[in-house]
Amino acid sequence: MDPLLCFPADLPAEITLALQNAGLGHHGVTGPEEMAAAGSDGRTVGYSGALVVAGDDMNAAVAFCRHLRLREVPVSPLLLAIGPDQVGELLLRDDLYDDFCVLPARPEELVARLQHLFWRTGQSLRPDIIEYGPLLLNLETYQAAVAGRVLDLTYMEYELLRFLAGHPAKVFTRETLLSRVWGYEYYGGARTVDVHIRRLRAKLGEEHAHLIQTVRSVGYRFGQVAWHPGVAQRNGGQAPVAAPTAPAAPAAQTSGA
Amino acid sequence: MRACEAVAVQSQRDYVLRTVEERGIRFVQLWFTDVLGTPKGFNITSAELENALDEGMTFDGSAIDGFSRVQEADVLARPDPKTFQLLPWHQDDAQVARVFCDIANLDGTPFEGDPRHALRRTLERARAAGYTFFASPEVEFFYFADANPSRGPITLDSGSYFDLSVADLTSNLRRRSVLMLEEMGIPVEHTQHEDARSQHEIDLRYTDALTMADTVMTTRMVIKEMARQEGVFASFMPKPLGGVQGSGMHTHISLWEGERNAFVDENDRYGLSEVARRFIAGLLHHAREITAVTNQWVNSYKRLIGGYEAPVHVSWARNNRSALVRVPVVKMGKAESTRLEYRAPDSACNPYLAFAVILAAGLRGIAEDYPLPPEADDNLFSLTPKELAKKGIEPLPSSLHDAVNEMEGSELLADTLGDHVFEWFIRNKREEWDDYQVQVTQFELDRYLPLL
Repeated sequence: MDPLLCFPADLPAEITLALQNAGLGHHGVTGPEEMAAAGSDGRTVGYSGALVVAGDDMNAAVAFCRHLRLREVPVSPLLLAIGPDQVGELLLRDDLYDDFCVLPARPEELVARLQHLFWRTGQSLRPDIIEYGPLLLNLETYQAAVAGRVLDLTYMEYELLRFLAGHPAKVFTRETLLSRVWGYEYYGGARTVDVHIRRLRAKLGEEHAHLIQTVRSVGYRFGQVAWHPGVAQRNGGQAPVAAPTAPAAPAAQTSGA
Repeated sequence: MRACEAVAVQSQRDYVLRTVEERGIRFVQLWFTDVLGTPKGFNITSAELENALDEGMTFDGSAIDGFSRVQEADVLARPDPKTFQLLPWHQDDAQVARVFCDIANLDGTPFEGDPRHALRRTLERARAAGYTFFASPEVEFFYFADANPSRGPITLDSGSYFDLSVADLTSNLRRRSVLMLEEMGIPVEHTQHEDARSQHEIDLRYTDALTMADTVMTTRMVIKEMARQEGVFASFMPKPLGGVQGSGMHTHISLWEGERNAFVDENDRYGLSEVARRFIAGLLHHAREITAVTNQWVNSYKRLIGGYEAPVHVSWARNNRSALVRVPVVKMGKAESTRLEYRAPDSACNPYLAFAVILAAGLRGIAEDYPLPPEADDNLFSLTPKELAKKGIEPLPSSLHDAVNEMEGSELLADTLGDHVFEWFIRNKREEWDDYQVQVTQFELDRYLPLL
C-alpha cells in the first residue's frame, strides 16, 4: 500500500504515533512543491490517501485540499482534521474532503476513519463526473462540455462552474462564492464573481446561459430549484434530467464522496 | 498567505497542463506587450509548456520596443496560468492556446520595461490604499479594404465604392468578432455602427483593470483576425479619415472599497462621494501629463480637435459630451453603477499604461485631497479662449510634442511608469515627432505651392 500523504509535515506527535501503530506508512509534506519532487523519483501512483491537519492555518489546509483535488491523479480519499472552532469552516466545502474529524480525537478514531475511507473508495472505479442537463463536467480531466460542445474555460471559470454545478439549485451569495471558489484570492471583491459569471455565461452560449441564474439581490444559482413545481422540460436544461440527485445531497454524483 | 498562493498557483498550473493534454493542444502562444502597446509573442510546443510555467522562457528582448537595455538583453517570459485560453479561430488546424506573460529579469525580479508590471504595481498601490479598480472601455475602429498607405484607407460600407453586399460584410464581421469574443469569455455590453462610415464600436463589460488590459489586447487581435480572414483590414488608428470622427477608447472607471462602490454617496446632490470628487480632481489636475500615454501617436492629436465628440479641454461634467471626464447619470436605484468616463484615450493606446496612469492620477487626487473645480455646464466648444481661461479651463495638449513636454515634467508619470519606461517612452516619442516634423505635407503643398 502506498504511503498516506500528510500535511503539514510536522504532524502532532500523537497522530504520527497512531499512524505508525496502525501500520500506515506516511509521508509528510510542507506543500505541493514537495509532492512534485516526490513524484519524480519514479513513483507513479503516489499516495493511498491524504490526511490534512488544519492546525492554526485553516486557509492553508483548505488550499492544500483543493490542490489535491485538482491534481492529475487526485489524492483520494482525504481526511481533514480540524479544531473544534473550525467546524463552521466546513460549510459548503464538502467537495474538498471525504471525511473529517475534530481534534483532539482519540488516535483509534482517526485510524478507524481512515480505514473506513479506504474501504469505501476501494469499491469505486467510476470517473468523477458531474452531469446536469446538457452540462457535463469530468473532474478528472478538468474538461467541461455543454450539449456535446467542449467548453474552453480558464482555470477560474472551470472552478466556478465546478462549484456551482456541484451544488445545483442552491443559492450562493457572491461572498460565499468568493471564499469557497477563490479561497484566499479576494482581489477585486464580489465584482470578480459577477465578471466570471458573465464570462461563463458567454461561453455557455445564449442557449445555455440560463443554467446560471441570477437571484436578485442575493447572488447566483445553478439550474432550477429542485422542488420547482413545473413539469420538467427535457430541453434547455430546465431540470436536472441526467442527475439522479436527491435534493438533500446535491453534490453526490462525484464518486469519490 | 504565501503557502496558500503557492498552492493556488500549483493548481492553476496543473489545470493548464491537463487541459493541454486533454484537448490535444499542439502550440501555446506566449503573449506580452511592448511599451507602445504592440502585441508580441512567440510560440512554444506544448511539450515546453511545463518548463515555461515553472521557470519561464528566456528570450532576447533587445529587438522589442522599450525592452532593450545596454547591458543585458535576455529576459524571461513567465506565463500567467490564469490567462490560459484556447484560440477558437485556430480550430481547423492544430489547436492553439495563448497565455499572457509577465516579463522578468533572469534573476526573477520583474522587468521594468514590462507594461503589465507597471499596471500591476499601480493596482498594488490602489490595493494598499484599500481600493480595487475596474475599467470598461468602448473600443472604436474602422474596417478598410486594406492597409495600403500610398492609396489611403478605403471604407467598406460607404455605399459609394462597394455595394450593399459589402456593407453587410462589415456588420457581419463585427457580429462574428463579438461571437468570437464571447466564446473566449469576453462579454460584450454593446455593439454598434459608429457615426463615420465603416466605423464600428464594441463596448466591453467591466472587469478589474489588469484583466481588462489583457482583454483589450485580445479584442484588438480578434477584430483584426476576423477582418483578415475576410480579406479586409481592421484599423485602430486614432484618426484615419479627415472630416469624420476618429476612433476613441472612452473608458468607464470605478473604484471599489471591498463590496462598496467608493464613488457613491447617495446623499450627495450628484450622487458622488468625496472619493469620486477627489479622483476626478486628480484626473483633471494631471490630465495634461498623462495625455502622452493615453494618446501616444502623432495621429492621436488629429482626433483631439473640436467638433468630433473628442475632448479638447480639461473639464468635467455630467451631461456634456465635450467634457474630458464625464459622470454618466445612473438610473434610479442603480447607484452601484456610478462611474466616471475618461474620454481622452484612443483605441491605439497601450491599455496597460493608459489604465495605470489614469488610476495613478485619480489616486493622487485622493491622497492629496485635490479640490474639484466646478462642473463645465456650457458647451465648451462655443467659448473663446479668453472665456475658457477665465473659467480656469485649460486645453489638452494639442500635439504629441506638447504632450511629451508635459509628460517630461511629471513626477507622477515617472513614478507610475518607472524610470525605464518613462525615459524610453519620451525618447521614442521625441523621435517620432522629429520624423513627423521633417515631412512637408500634402496640405502645405496644396495650399502654399501655388500661392507663395
